[in-house]
Amino acid sequence: MTTAPLLEATGVAKNYGAVAALKNASLTLLPGEVHALMGANGAGKSTLVKILTGAIRNDGGRITVRGRPYVARTPADARRSGLVSVYQEPSLIPDLDVISNLRLTQTPVEPFREWVRELGVPDLDLRDLARDVPLAIQRVLDLARALAIAPDVMLLDEMTAALPANLAERVIDVVKRQSQTGRSVIFISHRFVEIAALCDRATVLRDGETVGVVDIAPGVEERIVELMLGAKIEKARRTRRDAGETAARAQGDTRIAVRNLRVGTKLQDVSFDLRNGEVAGVVALEGQGQDELFAALAGSTRPAAGTIEVDGRAARFAHPVDAVREGIAYVPGDRSEALAMKQSVRENIALPFSAAFASWGPINRRREGAKVQAAIERLQIDTRAQREVQRLSGGNQQKVTIARWIAADARTILCFDPTRGIDVRTKREIYKLLRELADQGKSILFYTSELEEIQLVCDRAIVIFGGKVVDILPVEIADEPALTRAAYGLPRETGAEPGIPTGGAQQGEAAP
Amino acid sequence: MSRFLRRHGWVVGLSALFVVLFVATRIIQPGYGAGDFGSLVRAVLPYAFAVAAQTVVVIAGGIDLSVAAMMAFTSVTAASMMAGASEEYAIFVVPLVLALGFVLGAVNGILIVVTRVPDIVVTLATLFILQGAALLVLDAPGGGVAEWLKGLIIGTVPIPGLPDAVTAWFPKALLLLVVLLCAVWIPLKRSRLGLSIYAIGSSELAAFRSGVPVARTKILAYAIAGLFAAMGGLSLTMSTGIGAPIPGPYLLASVAAVVLGGVALGGGRGGLLGPIIAVFVLRLVRTDLTLLAIDPNVTAIVEGSIMVAVVMFGAYVTIRSRAS
Repeated sequence: MTTAPLLEATGVAKNYGAVAALKNASLTLLPGEVHALMGANGAGKSTLVKILTGAIRNDGGRITVRGRPYVARTPADARRSGLVSVYQEPSLIPDLDVISNLRLTQTPVEPFREWVRELGVPDLDLRDLARDVPLAIQRVLDLARALAIAPDVMLLDEMTAALPANLAERVIDVVKRQSQTGRSVIFISHRFVEIAALCDRATVLRDGETVGVVDIAPGVEERIVELMLGAKIEKARRTRRDAGETAARAQGDTRIAVRNLRVGTKLQDVSFDLRNGEVAGVVALEGQGQDELFAALAGSTRPAAGTIEVDGRAARFAHPVDAVREGIAYVPGDRSEALAMKQSVRENIALPFSAAFASWGPINRRREGAKVQAAIERLQIDTRAQREVQRLSGGNQQKVTIARWIAADARTILCFDPTRGIDVRTKREIYKLLRELADQGKSILFYTSELEEIQLVCDRAIVIFGGKVVDILPVEIADEPALTRAAYGLPRETGAEPGIPTGGAQQGEAAP
Repeated sequence: MSRFLRRHGWVVGLSALFVVLFVATRIIQPGYGAGDFGSLVRAVLPYAFAVAAQTVVVIAGGIDLSVAAMMAFTSVTAASMMAGASEEYAIFVVPLVLALGFVLGAVNGILIVVTRVPDIVVTLATLFILQGAALLVLDAPGGGVAEWLKGLIIGTVPIPGLPDAVTAWFPKALLLLVVLLCAVWIPLKRSRLGLSIYAIGSSELAAFRSGVPVARTKILAYAIAGLFAAMGGLSLTMSTGIGAPIPGPYLLASVAAVVLGGVALGGGRGGLLGPIIAVFVLRLVRTDLTLLAIDPNVTAIVEGSIMVAVVMFGAYVTIRSRAS
């Protein structure tokens, strides 16, 4: 194309301490195009967006807007340069009414009103407090506010994720027409259907680098998935054989049966069984409802609809303690959520079951001590710095969160991304531990954002997309490409390897 | 109408409570008249400014523990400057002291923003610093005040065409309070700064994304609180004629009135009118209990109980109305 780019970013880098969130990202945005920004979890999409909108500063690279160097220190700066972002979470001030929110951002009211109507919300009262407006409508208002300013570039981050289908259609429609008036849009979405309907080109990020720019055309999904995975496809093909050995594991009785579970706005309709003696993996892109699923199973959120059965009996969890009583333990990804950081290793391990011993009297130290010791040895926790848990390494902290539930003899463990940010050796120990627990007949639900862990640890992979289970893959075919494809809601590869049953989705329901 | 009640229900309820208390006072003490009301307003004056200061900061999502100490410091500064000076000299002292309060408040804000030390720690530190500084200015109650300043809060406002029996219920102190609070609050509430103060208290992240200069807004919120505290300090000097270096009981009273006045301690919600009415309610309760000759220690217990009861009742009504 001969047109000069509207926005050009080259070699953009951002480091958080020793961790590189972005290494070498580039993006060229032409006038009047809708440009998709794609990449797996943690590829650096949101970091790039934050840099472009002035929420954070980049450490390296060059960004120009209309050929002039562009530096945004704050979102207000970015707006003055003609870049407006609609973030994943609503950015209206909850305690101000809509009209005050408009005044705050100096948004002209009449265009805003028109855009709101255009986007399919006819009866908005501008005097309503933002907190009283439903979440989906708030997102629409965010978009209308951006449109009313008439920016040169709009960044839409997962704009349609929280919207019901009819509103999402209107949004796509409006955005499409925007591009015809010469405005450019950077569009982030996990939904290939929308990208195909809306976008002209896509930039694909992997591990903080731009790995390709493709024109959107029919069948481009496969190419994009390939780019997102890169060399991992080859590696995965090689390990596929080894995984086959684990196929013949005995299936235990159903421990937890989830039926048509709906939680909050994100988890729509999820059904699956978790059996004794298995590690079931959960795979989902960020924000597909997995947090809500785990919260509901752990008893910290009440589901809006659907049932959870434990050992064949319907269970209602009003409080996490109800789940713990049923032997269901939750290990959160954020360790600081689970641990009393200033207490000792022993106290932390003893905490859940000391509460269970609760016969109001003093804690039975000897009984406690023996159980704690057994758990520490079992997990090989480094106890040199045991006086304060916060002085342990991340890996050892994670072990403590698991050890407490082994000491408390939980029968089901819900692990939410337990290996995030810990070293490889400890990761292996945790994999081994989870397998051992499963072999002892315990059941484990294991959400991970690192897809290669599925074949290392799990027996099956439950894939959630858009709040629904889209596929349940047996471990033999659950390699990274297959999981990625499924996680983006694409159907299984047509040329699946012979001899492997494709009816994995039924397997989950097979238990009587 | 229903929206008006939903938005302003708290203020309406508090006003009703004040009226009920006032009627109760007349029953307890049939002789309670305009003169007594005047002295109630004069007693409320420093409390009201302390509450105004605290309200602005709490709406911005913070807390200011240095309010009472700042009042003491500005009070002794004004009293020592005016001691033995001419009446005209006070015309320079007043704006100077107000500016002093504004700057001291801004310093609070700057310390919080720059050092990222929690507001409660920073303002606790400035509480001690200002306490010490006040004692350096005057080591014992003393100083003086211009007569015209004193006169501003003594007597009633003559309103032409109204009989004395009516104007007797409009003490000058009330006029001064209303004028000063409105002079700051109304322009603030209508400005982008006012919106920004609500915004950062409501959700700092959303405010940042909406392009609000969060740091600057926070500093200005504390500065305005300092301005109100200086008004409180001046009102102390005006009503007592001297400056006292030991801070009065205004800190806890200000937090109490803010809570009772329907301002969310988390920030972002509430207004100035509620806390001001709340401070009148709290002082009137004290008057009533004194009139009933109840042990002062019991008085404190009753005051605390009223606070808990009112706030719980308010929360209950809010939850009920949300459920329906």
